[in-house]
Amino acid sequence: MKAKIIITPKKAVVDPQGKTVQVALEQMGYKGVTGVHVGKYIEVDLAPGTDHAAAQRALNDAAHKFLSNPIIEDYRLEIE
Amino acid sequence: MNFAVLQFPASNCDQDAIHGIRLLGHSARYIWHKESSLGDTDAVIVPGGFSYGDYLRCGAIARFSPVMQAVKQFADNGGLVIGICNGFQVLTEAGLLPGALVRNRDLQFHCEHIYLRTATTESPFTNKIPAGKILRIPIAHGEGCYFADEEALAKLKANNQILWQYCDANGNLTDKSNPNGSLQNIAGICNERRNVAGLMPHPERASEDILGSADGRLIFESIIAALKDKTVAQDA
Repeated sequence: MKAKIIITPKKAVVDPQGKTVQVALEQMGYKGVTGVHVGKYIEVDLAPGTDHAAAQRALNDAAHKFLSNPIIEDYRLEIE
Repeated sequence: MNFAVLQFPASNCDQDAIHGIRLLGHSARYIWHKESSLGDTDAVIVPGGFSYGDYLRCGAIARFSPVMQAVKQFADNGGLVIGICNGFQVLTEAGLLPGALVRNRDLQFHCEHIYLRTATTESPFTNKIPAGKILRIPIAHGEGCYFADEEALAKLKANNQILWQYCDANGNLTDKSNPNGSLQNIAGICNERRNVAGLMPHPERASEDILGSADGRLIFESIIAALKDKTVAQDA
């Protein structure tokens, strides 16, 4: 069982990495790029048979308190 | 006075902090991050470095070390805490200070002397800084850009919580003098209660003339003066 957490910088926070990558893409010739935001991807392996709902609650808690910083980041959690 | 300097795995400015305090004739000792008690401590320094390799986010893991529970308790009881560079990052992650530190806007690691304007001398961290004196202090960071949302920034201003701002040699707040893109050139702040402070520049690296500047001493001298006032008040 695997949990996937995608963490992205909040829009209000300046993202120089994203901007730099965007400029590089444009310079490489990719057209029509209107924005790039660089974030983080975390995979958490869970023991087989883990209760889905309980895992959802626990990982939301962990994502909010630790894996992401809510002041500067948003996160999305998927459990498969 | 007894200063406690925390040590996390990969803290690296702890020795300079200890040295800076001892130069002023006061006591300083290390406290390993796994300790759950601060012992006989008058003030806590959370030093610079790359705790836990800056993994996940700077200070994100150190903030959960056992010693931070004791630091939180110490701060709740009014104890003085100062976080320097990575220490500032740890304190924001721990929620002891508002806002967050993000990657420098030019994506470069800046290792250079900068100038600081002291925004207020009304704090235990700035009371000995002569009005109008520009401090020359080194920075060494890749993630020192201070961010807080509009509401938090408004609060900081309203409560006089901004302690230091990057400026030019003449004390002007300019964009050029801002090494990392920090909002409002913020280099250091304190909490609402004014007993916890954090700053990205390294006062311990400007604690004696041989280092190129001794301006950092004024910050430690402020803390010591504030502690002496406290002691007098208690004895009265």
